[in-house]
Amino acid sequence: MSDGGIHPAKSFPEAAHLTLQDGQMRRNLGHATRTIKAKREKTILELPDWEELREAGSSLKAFVMANLEPLLLELEASVTRAGGVVHWARDAEEARAIVTRLVLETGAKDVVKVKSITTDEINLNGALEAAGVHTLETDLAELIVQLAHDKPSHILVPAIHKNRAEIRELFVRELGLPDLSDEPKELAGAARAYLRKKFLSAKVAISGANFAIAQSGTVGVVESEGNGRMCLTLPQTLITLMGIEKVLPKWQDLEIFLQLLPRASTAERMNPYTSFWTGVHAGDGPKAFHLVLLDNGRTRVLEDEVGRQALHCIRCSACLNVCPVYERAGGHAYGSVYPGPIGAILTPQLIGMEDNNANTLPFASSLCGACYDACPVKINIPEVLVHLRARAVEHKKSHSSLPDLEGTALSAIAWVFGDASRFHFAQKLARLGQGPLVKDGKLGALPGLLGGWTDTRDLKAVPKESFREWWEKNR
Amino acid sequence: MKASLFITCLNDTLFPGTGVATTLLLERLGVTVDFPASQTCCGQMHFNTGYHTQALPLIRKFVEDFRHSDYVVTPSGSCAAMVRDAYPRAAQQAGDRQLALEVELLTPRVFELSEFITGVLGLEDVGAYYPHRVTYHPTCHAMRLLRVGDGPVRLLRKVGGLELLELADADTCCGFGGTFAVKNAETSSAMLSDKIARVITTRAEVCTAGDNSCLMHIGGGLSRLQAGTRVVHLAEILASTRAEVFA
Repeated sequence: MSDGGIHPAKSFPEAAHLTLQDGQMRRNLGHATRTIKAKREKTILELPDWEELREAGSSLKAFVMANLEPLLLELEASVTRAGGVVHWARDAEEARAIVTRLVLETGAKDVVKVKSITTDEINLNGALEAAGVHTLETDLAELIVQLAHDKPSHILVPAIHKNRAEIRELFVRELGLPDLSDEPKELAGAARAYLRKKFLSAKVAISGANFAIAQSGTVGVVESEGNGRMCLTLPQTLITLMGIEKVLPKWQDLEIFLQLLPRASTAERMNPYTSFWTGVHAGDGPKAFHLVLLDNGRTRVLEDEVGRQALHCIRCSACLNVCPVYERAGGHAYGSVYPGPIGAILTPQLIGMEDNNANTLPFASSLCGACYDACPVKINIPEVLVHLRARAVEHKKSHSSLPDLEGTALSAIAWVFGDASRFHFAQKLARLGQGPLVKDGKLGALPGLLGGWTDTRDLKAVPKESFREWWEKNR
Repeated sequence: MKASLFITCLNDTLFPGTGVATTLLLERLGVTVDFPASQTCCGQMHFNTGYHTQALPLIRKFVEDFRHSDYVVTPSGSCAAMVRDAYPRAAQQAGDRQLALEVELLTPRVFELSEFITGVLGLEDVGAYYPHRVTYHPTCHAMRLLRVGDGPVRLLRKVGGLELLELADADTCCGFGGTFAVKNAETSSAMLSDKIARVITTRAEVCTAGDNSCLMHIGGGLSRLQAGTRVVHLAEILASTRAEVFA
């Protein structure tokens, strides 16, 4: 079951301590992200107006955030006019209750699913299983994760941490196919045969959405496999769960995003399957369509003028693929269905900076800036990370009565830096104080916070003369 | 031409040789260098760790210390980026319009060393001689926040006797990231191990960069592993001549 949720069970350093030991995962991630990075560069270089497209995407998203309420009301009216039903869910609990009720009302005991990340955000599968409804993920990678009772580790490629040998073993065990090889073609064939039967019998489908057009009430999904197309067209009832930030004003706006999204995510000029539907139509497709609009913390994110750009995200995962922290620690270290740089700014904002596991996520970055360069809608992730660090520090200060080592040390250092003569004195003090710790001009093992450095790295000792002393003598 | 040297707190304390090299190099290129003695730290460590209240006085102090400088030159891409990229945001966030205005006037005059040489002085051949096998690591903030581009590489290509060896995955972060290196020490070390592997593969004697913070990280790992490759700041290579070798 791929119900990751967005509440990290551990702090990032604690979670990464475990995931960093997974050599197989690190090799898989290194290989996959390297391949996609190289391909992506080529696909983007061939567009002469990539920077203008990014700028347009960013402006459009800013417009949507500034006009979210009227756009959502327009969307509701358009979907209703086209024969769909719109539901509003304040939080995960409400959304789970709405979807579960809608499924139970159809009498169906099985549902097929596609584009499941938002449903994973609210742990929908768990709620449905508890109500006696069996869920089946139909995106190949989501299916792998579900069969393995694992959690997704990448937005676009949820099973990126598994290689084909591991997938073969899983299919042999779970699908009862002892003769299967680890050839990707054969593995995909096995999944296809398994899923095809389910598509033909499923009465209800649950999907996510990439876009919804306020003007027309059209909802859209982009995908690679065509399994989504089956989910969206074959069952009689279609329930789509969508974050409120996914609305776009006009059909024409897709011109921007359908160029940005596939190139940024899978490094393709165009994704293989793009499905759009508007309400219901007699004799074609589902007979009933429900659109569930999910808040679940998004309006709270919107309140933060700096942090709100996290809502511009179109879930392309380009920031994951270029992130050196993600590549080493892997998606599971972030403890949320939204991993990587975007997860580090989205998860703590969605659930609140007071969560002491989630508020370690903004610190899980070296601020190298690769994510900002890669983002197709120009979310300044490093800027938001630093902003959220300040919010985390503020929270810690106002909610803890214990003296905190880091805060005390940094305040003392700031005081020293406040005046050049204090700084000069501190330099001399450090030179004297380090005496017993210095060996061959290096500091080998330091206590406390600095021990994190010297566990794996030498530190140069403070030399006999500072630069300002040299300047005084020589200039 | 006159320029003020912003040495940075790290170089002042731990890497004075880089400051000496920067001074001698700029003087050799005809620049009159001054050192405003009241300077301390740009506030980056505090700002990027989330201690914005503590960073603000340091930001004000920097603006005050360099108010009268024609140019501010620093041998650190990261500290130059702090001033140019973060100061405007910090001033705005503090709601201080006067500070924002002063930052706006100051930032166009602040340069990382290689930028100053290639961009302001318009030089590529600085008359340096450094007969060693060298690989260059482009530091993240110089590359992505300052957009120094291939300036440092063009400078290195003109250094006499120097053999420049290409570093694989050069644009990937070494894992330093300021307090990240201690707050997330294990992830930082995992990033460092890959960077070090690439450096060692070049068989270079020297790994250089425009920032001693990143070099302190890479060098700290190389030294711990007895890898036999040393780290040298770009300024020290460019300052070296046939008459005087720095590092």
